[in-house]
Parts: sequence; C-alpha cells; structure tokens
Amino acid sequence: MTVGIVIVSHSPDVARGAADMVRQMVGDEVPLGFCGGNPDGGLGTSVEKILAAIDQAWSEDGVAILVDLGGAETNSEMAIEMLPDERQAKIVICNAPVVEGAVMAATEASGGGSLADVKRTAEELSAQ
Amino acid sequence: MALPLEALLDTLSARIIAAAEELTALDSAIGDADHGLNMKRGFEAVLAEKPAILAKPPGEALKTVGMTLVMKVGGASGPLYGTLFMTLGKELPDDPAPADAARALAAAVAVVKARGKSDVGCKTMLDVLGPLADHLASGAASFASVRALAAERAQATVPMKATRGRASFLGERSIGHMDPGARSSQLMIETVCDVLEGRL
Repeated sequence: MTVGIVIVSHSPDVARGAADMVRQMVGDEVPLGFCGGNPDGGLGTSVEKILAAIDQAWSEDGVAILVDLGGAETNSEMAIEMLPDERQAKIVICNAPVVEGAVMAATEASGGGSLADVKRTAEELSAQ
Repeated sequence: MALPLEALLDTLSARIIAAAEELTALDSAIGDADHGLNMKRGFEAVLAEKPAILAKPPGEALKTVGMTLVMKVGGASGPLYGTLFMTLGKELPDDPAPADAARALAAAVAVVKARGKSDVGCKTMLDVLGPLADHLASGAASFASVRALAAERAQATVPMKATRGRASFLGERSIGHMDPGARSSQLMIETVCDVLEGRL
C-alpha cells in the first residue's frame, strides 16, 4: 500500500493542475484525489467534494491532505470529523504550500514513506 | 418555551438572503468577497430542506440546519455556522428555558472557537457570539439588551486588527472595516430576538 494524497484548492483549475503535476512527476502508483470549488462550482471549497476526494485517494496506510487557504483547511477538518473514527485516525492535513507540498508528499509516498514521513516531507517546505 | 422553528428558519433565511450584498461588500473590503453569497447559498439550501427539517424533533432539526450549512456554504463560514447550529441542536432541550439557551450557546461558542482555532478579540463572529454567551449566562439578559449588545459588539470589530481568518492577511489594513462574520452573527441574533418576541 501507498499513502494517498488529496489536493484541496479554492480553485478547481488549481486542484486539477496540481494533480496533473503529481501524476507527471511522480506517476500513477500514488492514490490521488483532488477537488476545488464551492458547491456551485465557483471559487471556494466543499465538504462534500472533499469527502469524495478522500474516498478516491483512500489507502489503509493513510491519506495526507494539502490545502491552500483558510476555508480549505476548515472544510477539510470538518470533512475528516464526519468520517468514522478508524478513518479519522489515518488522515492528516499538511501545513505546506499546496502545489509543492502535493508533489513532495506524493514523492515521499511513492517511495514507501509512512503517513508521518509524508507529512514531514511536505512540511519541510514551510520550515525553510 | 417551544421554539417557533418554522418562523425562525423562514425569517433567518429571508434576512440573510436579503443581506447577501451587504455581507459580501463587507467581505470584499477585508476578505475574499464571498461571505454574503456563501451564506445565501447555505440558507437557500435550508429553505429547500425545510419540510424535511421541520418533520424532525427540534434538536434534530437544528442539527440538520447545521449539517446543511456545512455541506452547502462553501467557505469557512459553513463549518463555523454549521457547527454552531449542530451544537445548539445537541444542547437545547425541546422546551428551552433561558438558562438552557445560555448553557447551549456557551457550548456552541466553545466549539466554534475550537473549529476556527480562534477566540474573542480576533475580529471574527466570536466577537459578537462570545460576549453574548457571557451576557446570557449572567441571567440579566432581555431582548433589548441582547439586541443592543450584538449591535455594539459588531460595531466594535471596526477598529480591531484581524488576527484570524482571511482578513488577518491584511494586518493593519483590516482596521476600519466591520468584520462580515460579526455582522452576520449580529443579524442572526437580531432575527432570533424579533421572532421570539413576536415582533414580526
């Protein structure tokens, strides 16, 4: 199994673009979900779409979520809380830039890193 | 007293929807210009769900209002207001006395603080809701005092510097504008007072 990566942006285009970069740079072996936009498709985030993206990227080894701005984080936290406890324990939100973080996290995941490794690798970007 | 849930939902939705432009204008000054539109989307969804919501017991009904806001608002205010309503639904008995309302609001404010990783003084909705919870807990609240406090606390966010939420990106430049979340909270409190007092 490989840790899954979820990309949550306010913009559907940014989310898709970041996912394209992950696919091209890291390949297809990392489970990947992405979503962007409010429930009407405008800029924003949607708990429902985040839940679907987590489902798509689900891995028993865990899922790391990359978010862009405030509402993406709040809505992701809300989505996680709506999941069963055993799933909640296997999901983390990374404090990292969404595009670079997604690529770095996916690279770590594809190398067999644990959920904690993946989160740490993504967050090293913020520490610099 | 039993909550006049249908009147509350109708009036709350109507007033939030009518205030969408005002809230969005406030948000365009210090945020991302979507608060009014997001809240409008949320309360339109509440209206669409109204028959199903009203078929439930009051606590479950309020939880469903909260969940609808969580799923439909599309900004941080969805989980924040959604959590507020969900906690009120969990904490309020079917026929709440004033002391029950005070206890339920205090619990809801605590959950909103945790959800937003914020507190009173950061130029957010909590600057209205936090003092209101304290005021209700004092046992000295009247409809008039609640309305006055909500208006005064919303106004008091104007000179504040934001330290949470999107407005915090602006630092000093957030000073001089009312916080849109504080304003929407004030509007909701006013509406609840108007409905409960029968002033419609």
